[in-house]
Amino acid sequence: MNRIEALFTRKKKNILNIYFTAGFPELDAAVSVVTYLDQAGADIVELGIPYSDPLADGPTIQESGTLALKNGMTIDLLFQQVKKIRSQSEIPIVLMGYFNQMLQYGVEDFLDQAASNGADALIMPDLPMDVYKSDYQSMFEERSLGISFLVTPQTSDERIKRAAELSKNSFLYIISKSSITGSASNISQVQIDYFNKLEKLKADTPSLIGFGIHNKETFLTASAHANGAIIGSAFIRHLSKYGFEQDSISSFIDGILK
Amino acid sequence: MNETYHINESGYYGAFGGAFIPEMLYANVERLRSQYLEIIAKESFQEQFTELLIDYVGRPSPLYLAHKLSKKYGAKIYLKREDLNHTGAHKINNTIGQILLAKELGKKRIIAETGAGQHGVATATVCALMGIECIVYMGSVDIERQAPNVSRMKMLGAEVRPAESGSKTLKDATNEAIRDWINNPVDTHYIIGSVVGPHPYPDMVALFQSVISEEMKWQLQEKEGRDYPDYILACVGGGSNAAGSFYHYLDELRTKLYLAEAAGKGIDSGHSAATSILGSEGIIHGSRTMLMQTPDGQIIEPYSISAGLDYPGIGPMHANLIKQGRAKVIPVTDIEAIDAAFDLTREEGIIPALETAHAFHMLNKIDFRKEDIVVVNVSGRGDKDLSTYIKYLNRPHNVSDE
Repeated sequence: MNRIEALFTRKKKNILNIYFTAGFPELDAAVSVVTYLDQAGADIVELGIPYSDPLADGPTIQESGTLALKNGMTIDLLFQQVKKIRSQSEIPIVLMGYFNQMLQYGVEDFLDQAASNGADALIMPDLPMDVYKSDYQSMFEERSLGISFLVTPQTSDERIKRAAELSKNSFLYIISKSSITGSASNISQVQIDYFNKLEKLKADTPSLIGFGIHNKETFLTASAHANGAIIGSAFIRHLSKYGFEQDSISSFIDGILK
Repeated sequence: MNETYHINESGYYGAFGGAFIPEMLYANVERLRSQYLEIIAKESFQEQFTELLIDYVGRPSPLYLAHKLSKKYGAKIYLKREDLNHTGAHKINNTIGQILLAKELGKKRIIAETGAGQHGVATATVCALMGIECIVYMGSVDIERQAPNVSRMKMLGAEVRPAESGSKTLKDATNEAIRDWINNPVDTHYIIGSVVGPHPYPDMVALFQSVISEEMKWQLQEKEGRDYPDYILACVGGGSNAAGSFYHYLDELRTKLYLAEAAGKGIDSGHSAATSILGSEGIIHGSRTMLMQTPDGQIIEPYSISAGLDYPGIGPMHANLIKQGRAKVIPVTDIEAIDAAFDLTREEGIIPALETAHAFHMLNKIDFRKEDIVVVNVSGRGDKDLSTYIKYLNRPHNVSDE
């Protein structure tokens, strides 16, 4: 059982997953940011692997990635940072990147490094489910690594079931609306209907809602329709504005949870 | 049919192709995939498509025997005149096809990416023709260096949105267009301009461009008594004009296929777009293909004097043709392309697009036999590149003596 599965076994509601880009705002910031997030009460951390062409991300995340790459961020450095984090924190860690990054690194090597340094799951938004299933699923399972697939309001019922089944060692990543990350608006009735449908189709797989979650209100609404929610762009903007000292991070998390 | 060179049912050309897209794009791309062949095959679609190609675009484009070039290079050299199409390039073959498809799919809004602006103009043109809203994403760097095409798009009623991310060129314009599609999944169709992107785009765009080689077959039959040439020469960025001119000859092994890739300031200069030579296998814009990237998988910004060849990937069809040895690639530098443009202009009175000029340089690189029949695809005209050409007016040019 990886740390994510263990988490969902003991906690079912209001799970807070925080995304930010590794290498941002400073090259080694991830080590302390993750530790502070854990101490402040976040439940999962998603570490973005900065990419030159992040199609599924919005401008806030892309800009943070561009800066991280300028800072000198690499995949090897990311694995070293995860290892350092593990000497200080047992918070579940999900690595999010694009399939090309894993392909160039070498899929088996990438998975070996991810697992041995202490990551729990991966998100590769452009890795198709059928390619994962035919080529990579067994490699993930041998290393107890989970994977989270995404579903959107346009995803068919049959695909939702498949995505949930393949994501069962991690969580189903529910995109709150048809949008790239970082849009700030509130949750509508149409979305709530969609969340309710998902609740029925996903069976036992835990689920988190992402995209557009940016404050306490949207977090609580989303959490009412899933096991919790993911905040990304809003946290990155907070880091840009208030820095990555412990006070800044705990005040952000307090703003969501308290 | 030799399946090695064609797309299979899963959307792959050999090891290349597929649809590596985030779930947010899946429903749209899947709808297109499951319907494009059926829609294109409809009699009513074919009638409209053919009528517009004839009466609006001005097809068939001539196949012209270039006498002076033939003499100079010692072979029978024909020029397939895509530069004479409405809007000045082959790009319109594809946008006519896709706008009709978008209408069939009930889409109300069109988005496109553009580098040099040729595809943007071709898209804005068909949107004006059909009365459909049109948004063209263009890197802010390209907006600055391709001002005349930006004005043309605006006059045609399109909105030109600058892509400010990354290096602010074609690759980033494509990213922004994809993001727009993610945000507008229901009413919008994305008209991709080349044989790139997730399946079914490479195959669909190749199909619409295949009219080029379809015409070549009967034109050569009329002029030469045989329907195939010994060589076809085309330039390749993403590769849509090459795909169109190769399409009906993929299994005709008597026809040798040559691609001119932009070597920029030289293969080893660090400023080039020679993807097949400098690239490695990976994923770009949803397609598994050859691309220029770092060992960490970051996509490298390419360089070419020609904005249309300034793309860090290559269509999956071409990646496969090259890997199988079916097509050969010749890298052509900026200056070689400039010289080839002046050569064609002074010998035949045809000012080619900078992209096309790369293909003409290959005439210097291939040993032809006197009886060889060679077709060079003149993918576009050079009006848009005059400001570049003018800088080289006083350079000594190798023009044959009269």
